[in-house]
Amino acid sequence: MARWLRALVAFADELVIADDWRVALGLAGAIALTAVLSRSPVPCWWVLPAAILVLLPLSIWRTARRRS
Amino acid sequence: MSAGALFLAVFLASAVEAVEATTIVLAAGTARDWRSAGYGAVAAIALLAVVVAGLGPALTTIPTAPLRLVIGALLLVFGIQWLRKAVLRAGGVKALHDEDEIFRTRLEAARRAASHRVGTVPDWYGFTLSFQGVLLEGTEVAFIVLTFGSNQHAILLAAAAAGAAVLVVSAAGFAVRAPLARVPENALKFLVGVMLTGFGTFWSAEGAGARWPGSDAALLVLLPGIALLGLLLAYGLRRRGGSVARGTATASTTAEAG
Repeated sequence: MARWLRALVAFADELVIADDWRVALGLAGAIALTAVLSRSPVPCWWVLPAAILVLLPLSIWRTARRRS
Repeated sequence: MSAGALFLAVFLASAVEAVEATTIVLAAGTARDWRSAGYGAVAAIALLAVVVAGLGPALTTIPTAPLRLVIGALLLVFGIQWLRKAVLRAGGVKALHDEDEIFRTRLEAARRAASHRVGTVPDWYGFTLSFQGVLLEGTEVAFIVLTFGSNQHAILLAAAAAGAAVLVVSAAGFAVRAPLARVPENALKFLVGVMLTGFGTFWSAEGAGARWPGSDAALLVLLPGIALLGLLLAYGLRRRGGSVARGTATASTTAEAG
């Protein structure tokens, strides 16, 4: 049972967090912000695209710098 | 999302995983025993089919908004990691996925292992190598079938698309009895990364309460926009000077998601 649980956690970790936990955390924050803004009259569709625009280049830049 | 777009998205994503699984089954069959490798692959596919058949109907009973939020968020984080790796490969920072090299590595390891019979399986090592490879790659296919299918209430169509991709790729692999190195796997991975990220963004924002301008038509801007961002990032990395040469990928890269 413990082996299966460990395998499940490892699979979830590989699937969601993968190589950069900051991206997963940033996207979770962006989804939460979208949910909060959706209760106000302010449009909120732009939050996730904006998060991708920031998080993806930052993650790639960090990896490239680490490997060079 | 139209049925055609759903089919195409799931077909492409599944085809990429099927190429990797076929490489492992081919290595197990070539180095060990074809019957055992076949049993392993069929057993893994049957297990995954049971998982999809069990979870699929249950997922479609969940209300649309929370389902879109959870499924969309999962697709988004999964897709963006896939896209990130594809950009790093295209930019020369990460080694390209080389099926020939992976095949050779698997083959050498399989030839060194001892052989023993278990029940009706002539070679247990060949069986487990094939079973684990198909199960590992197939789990991602099952995830994509369940997320896309449940969101659109079309699990059967998504499963059919995945099944078609597996059939096409495995038929091609076994026809040539060699790894499908000519499949533009890295370009496909980029495309699938864009699709998973785009649909994940769209559904998770909708699930969180956002209303997209133009409704579904927003995808026609979102998907090309994400693709353009990925291409620009890869171009930037290339200009900066990627340092990883093709052919340095090892068998361990098959375990990577995307």
